[in-house]
Amino acid sequence: MKNDIILAGVGGQGILSIAAVVGLAAVDKGLYLKQSEVHGMSQRGGDVQSHLRISDSQISSDLIPYGGADLIISVEPMEALRYLPWLKKDGWIVSNSTPFVNIPDYPDINSILDEFRKIEKSIVVDADNMAKEAGSVRSGNMVVLGAASKYIDIPFDSLCDAVRKLFGRKGEEIVSVNIKALEAGRSCCL
Amino acid sequence: MQKLLLLGDEAIAQAGIDAGMSGMYAYPGTPSTEIMEYVQSSKDATERDIHREWSANEKTSMEAALGMSYAGKRAMVAMKHVGLNVAADGFVNSAITGVNGGLIVVAADDPSMHSSQNEQDSRFYGKFSFIPVLEPTSQQEAYDMVFAGFEISERYKIPVMIRITTRLAHSRSAVQRRAQIGENSVSLPEDPRQFVLLPAIARRRYHNLLGVYESLPADEIMKGYNRLIPGKDKKLGIIAFGLTYNYLLENFPGDSITYPVLKIGSYPVDSALFDKISEQCETLLVLEEGYPIMEELLKGVLSGGRTIKGRLDGTLPREGELNPNLVAEALGMPSERGAEVPPVVRMRPPSFCRGCGHSDVYIALEEALKEYTPGRVFSDIGCYTLGALPPYNAINSCVDMGASVTMAVGAADAGLIPSVCVVGDSTFTHSGMTGLLDAVVKDSPVTIIISDNSTTGMTGGQKSHATGRLEAICEGLGVEKEHIRTVVPLKKNHEEMVKVMKEEFEYKGVSVIIAIRECIQTAARRKKDEMARKKGK
Ligand SMILES: Cc1ncc(C[n+]2csc(CCOP(=O)(O)OP(=O)(O)O)c2C)c(N)n1
Repeated sequence: MKNDIILAGVGGQGILSIAAVVGLAAVDKGLYLKQSEVHGMSQRGGDVQSHLRISDSQISSDLIPYGGADLIISVEPMEALRYLPWLKKDGWIVSNSTPFVNIPDYPDINSILDEFRKIEKSIVVDADNMAKEAGSVRSGNMVVLGAASKYIDIPFDSLCDAVRKLFGRKGEEIVSVNIKALEAGRSCCL
Repeated sequence: MQKLLLLGDEAIAQAGIDAGMSGMYAYPGTPSTEIMEYVQSSKDATERDIHREWSANEKTSMEAALGMSYAGKRAMVAMKHVGLNVAADGFVNSAITGVNGGLIVVAADDPSMHSSQNEQDSRFYGKFSFIPVLEPTSQQEAYDMVFAGFEISERYKIPVMIRITTRLAHSRSAVQRRAQIGENSVSLPEDPRQFVLLPAIARRRYHNLLGVYESLPADEIMKGYNRLIPGKDKKLGIIAFGLTYNYLLENFPGDSITYPVLKIGSYPVDSALFDKISEQCETLLVLEEGYPIMEELLKGVLSGGRTIKGRLDGTLPREGELNPNLVAEALGMPSERGAEVPPVVRMRPPSFCRGCGHSDVYIALEEALKEYTPGRVFSDIGCYTLGALPPYNAINSCVDMGASVTMAVGAADAGLIPSVCVVGDSTFTHSGMTGLLDAVVKDSPVTIIISDNSTTGMTGGQKSHATGRLEAICEGLGVEKEHIRTVVPLKKNHEEMVKVMKEEFEYKGVSVIIAIRECIQTAARRKKDEMARKKGK
């Protein structure tokens, strides 16, 4: 078993929480893990990515090779497309549909969604709205993770446990909002 | 023992705590920052009261660590690669003095310049200074090498460098902890003149250092990190330094590699190892993350002998970091990319946060400078460097920490008057203060704008030594009181800021304008913490 996942988004959108949830769940299952993050310069509203690798055998490189990712999980639609060179021919791409517009030349959202239509194995979810319904827009990242969870070889319950562990410190309310968001994402793509 | 999921940086920090370190010294800098941050947030470190305050810059941190070592305790100092330039005087000479308590210098390089102004390779500094270098391939090895580093340091009484790069610094993996070692108690060096580098003593110590350096490749710990892995296919021999070994293995799942491989993790390297692989293989591929330092050495200056492939003959790119695909291509193996990035995807460069005080400073500056010819704003490194990008296009330089002050002084010397400097608060106390003293002594017609967001913003909001001290510092350095002006960079104060700037540009001596408003990121975090604390009570 080996899952190579690219996480994508804009600085501050919470992709590292996705990484932390999957990472915790993977380690609980006794899997190997390598997860590289972006710190520094690119956090100031720039594009950020994380390479997340989980496997039942030793992992060599901290970086996923081009053409090697099984899955792209993105909390922003344009950012999802930025990492296509890393995606395997038969890999899946799961993205939030709401654009994060902080540049003057952000393209028309329809031209971005058109690109997703060209990719057979792609799923676009309205994570922001679903997160709002779950109780907080800020848990959009968990909606996207839920939507992608089918393509990760970790039982869904383990992901929920990891959410409890990760957010437990912040109180029961935050835990339940994030679990609801995760479940909402999961159920829309079954 | 407990297994932890740690960044490379954090693994080094945890190892320092476990290996009996008494002091951590650092100035922030990507990708090294998380080493100190981890120690600061560690319960163990707090209980033991391990030293864990930020230093003003890398030189002061290097020297303070050397001081702790002098007093017999183990110390670690961490910095980004360019920080080693700042610390270089102390670093190079610490090899000559040698150490008392174990001393580890962590240099975090940034090939491909993800967050830096160059991609210099710190291994050069190791060789230059006759300081051994350990280069880990994994988070676990990074952890273990700290134990090894302190042992080597105390065995030979020399500092040891651990060199990492961005990918390891900022990648997380499981790390198995070891049993903790106790800290040293205070003890002075046996030879009271060890640290007195008068020429007569320095010559003796240098001679001694050269002998130690020569003997290092035979040391058991050092040797353990370098090994020749046999392979049947002698068409090619591969020499993999540091992290590149991972990229090599990535292309041979399940240990299916058939070439002989020399894996190197410690320097200086026993040259017999190179002989052994080159006896077997006519062609050698050299994989190095960073400069082709070893490749150049192996190639030598004489042609003939072995064919050496690597960064110098175009087998690998001459610059930038390596990755599994580049290594595959160098081996003539297929390397497939996924689909190309569709043209609809735009660049998303970093930018000022909405509401950042730096942007108000630049908007005012643009207006205040309207009547002057362009090209007179020297700036520096930090969030405020983003003023170089549109729509501001406000600055004309960004070279090295503190250079904004001194370059403005030099340009004024040349007749570019007024010369303007925009510098951050932490950068100013890092290396701007001495330049300001130069300006005061010759009464340069410069205007120094310190954009004080009361934090070290670019690296994630660490405490700034400048906070609450800037006026006193400038006054103490001799800037006239009436030319130390304070403004609050807010939209509503725009007119006032422009007026103050214009007045000081007119003045033909040293002025300092302190534009002070807390970084909105750290302000938000502070408020959140305060709320949480109130709730907790
Ligand atoms: C010699 C050196 N040390 C450290 C760094 C990393 N670094 C870049 S910007 C910066 C922070 C500057 O803080 P400040 O001047 O207060 O500006 P701010 O980012 O807060 O606007 C640091 C530590 C560097 N580039 N060079």
